[in-house]
Amino acid sequence: MAKKQYAFYPGCSSQKGASASNFPTSVGVVCEKLDIQLNEIPDWNCCGASIGYGEGGELPRLVINARNLAQAENHLAGQDIVSGCPACWLATRETVERLHESDSLLAETNEALKEAGLNLKNTVKARHIVEVLIEDIGFEAMKKPVVKAIEGIKFAGYVGCQTNRPFGIAGESFENPQYLDRMIETVGAEAVKFDQKVTCCGGALAFSEPDKSQKQIRDIVESAYDHGADMIVTPCQLCQANVEIYQSEINKKQGTKFSMPVVYYSQLLTVAYGGSAKQAGLDGQLIRAEKLERIAGKQ
Amino acid sequence: MTTATPKYRNNFLKEVEANVEEGHWVKMCMQCGVCAGSCPLGPHWQHSPQKIFMMIRAGKREEVLTSDSMWMCTSCYNCIVRCPRKLPITHIMHGLANYAHRLGMAPKGQPTEAIAKLFWDNLVKTGRVNELKFSLAMYFKDGFVQGIKNAMAMQGIGLGLVKAKRLNPMEILGGHACKDKSGIQKMVAKAREIEDRRKGFSGAGA
Repeated sequence: MAKKQYAFYPGCSSQKGASASNFPTSVGVVCEKLDIQLNEIPDWNCCGASIGYGEGGELPRLVINARNLAQAENHLAGQDIVSGCPACWLATRETVERLHESDSLLAETNEALKEAGLNLKNTVKARHIVEVLIEDIGFEAMKKPVVKAIEGIKFAGYVGCQTNRPFGIAGESFENPQYLDRMIETVGAEAVKFDQKVTCCGGALAFSEPDKSQKQIRDIVESAYDHGADMIVTPCQLCQANVEIYQSEINKKQGTKFSMPVVYYSQLLTVAYGGSAKQAGLDGQLIRAEKLERIAGKQ
Repeated sequence: MTTATPKYRNNFLKEVEANVEEGHWVKMCMQCGVCAGSCPLGPHWQHSPQKIFMMIRAGKREEVLTSDSMWMCTSCYNCIVRCPRKLPITHIMHGLANYAHRLGMAPKGQPTEAIAKLFWDNLVKTGRVNELKFSLAMYFKDGFVQGIKNAMAMQGIGLGLVKAKRLNPMEILGGHACKDKSGIQKMVAKAREIEDRRKGFSGAGA
């Protein structure tokens, strides 16, 4: 079968030595098994994330995203841009839509892009890897490479905000999306009921408003415990980082005893597809996902 | 400090429509309050989006632009998807925050305003965010002594991240960067210049 080709936008947090550096390891295994080829956009730049508006304003923010789109148009013609990071995806897709809606914004964008020797026709589609898995691959095909059922582990499927809003996955509800639970079940694991499924972790305000964000994070982790989950699984890099990293802070300040592993859906798939703990990037957890490591270690 | 053109001075709604990202939507708000009830940081802000929109229509320029409300936005997009009139509320809040920031009217020492500026300046330098430098800049934004205290308080987490290979101490020496960082900088400066011209900021340019 010919591999499906996509222009890949990894994003800053997925680079070597960055906060989500254990994410792309598992994505690589998943793509290999599902005949997906991700072609990195040459010299891609930061999307501005969710906090870029403060200093960056509107046009500079659109322009930095337009640069990635133009790079993809020029070097990877005909391929959809795919990102694994919700913030990258959101900013890119928002740019595509905003520039489709306004000819004057597109003209201004191109005036700025000229400074970097580029021009945008705005013909590329911006998608999330989860969309590729669900829409282009499908749950049935996602199940095929499973060689190890992830049995005996209960997961709280934490979708979070930006994979889910404002765009979300087609056909899913904003309040109670089902696809992550379905992915969990696809690999033979159990998805617990989880009432904080789409609660905000505080996002970038984890840095600037730590107490307010840690209240959000506490609610999320507590709810996972209350519903009997062994670990949280998420599609979002910032959700993963915030919800995992700050548990020790919350324990210190509030006397809780949180130690809830937070993993990516791609790590689950990797282990189910027979990948090792290292291939799944499980060595990148601050709170070890021991139960998942044990399954990965089984022959 | 940059100042806005005086042409809207006595009509704040018109000023917002012209100068704030997605500001032309403000008049569509029907004051239902769903946004106020949907915000995760709702209990912490001075005015809900619903109130901000009404205050804009009432011409309360000073109160709106000095409010801390826009800076409480976590970009969760709950308000957008729930708004019955489909106002892009998150974007309007971002737009108001940016406008208040550019006018120098944001509350003094607003922490989210401070990190937003650090983040943008960080990414424009090389085209990609340097997480180590960004973290350090955040710790030290309130001075050296506070910086040391912040860094000490977070050192456990920092070391854990280094051990997990999710924070690279060597990034301090430069780290990841785009090849065409000068093109990126010129492009961003141009975009800012165009936007400032369009919005009538006197201090056009960076």
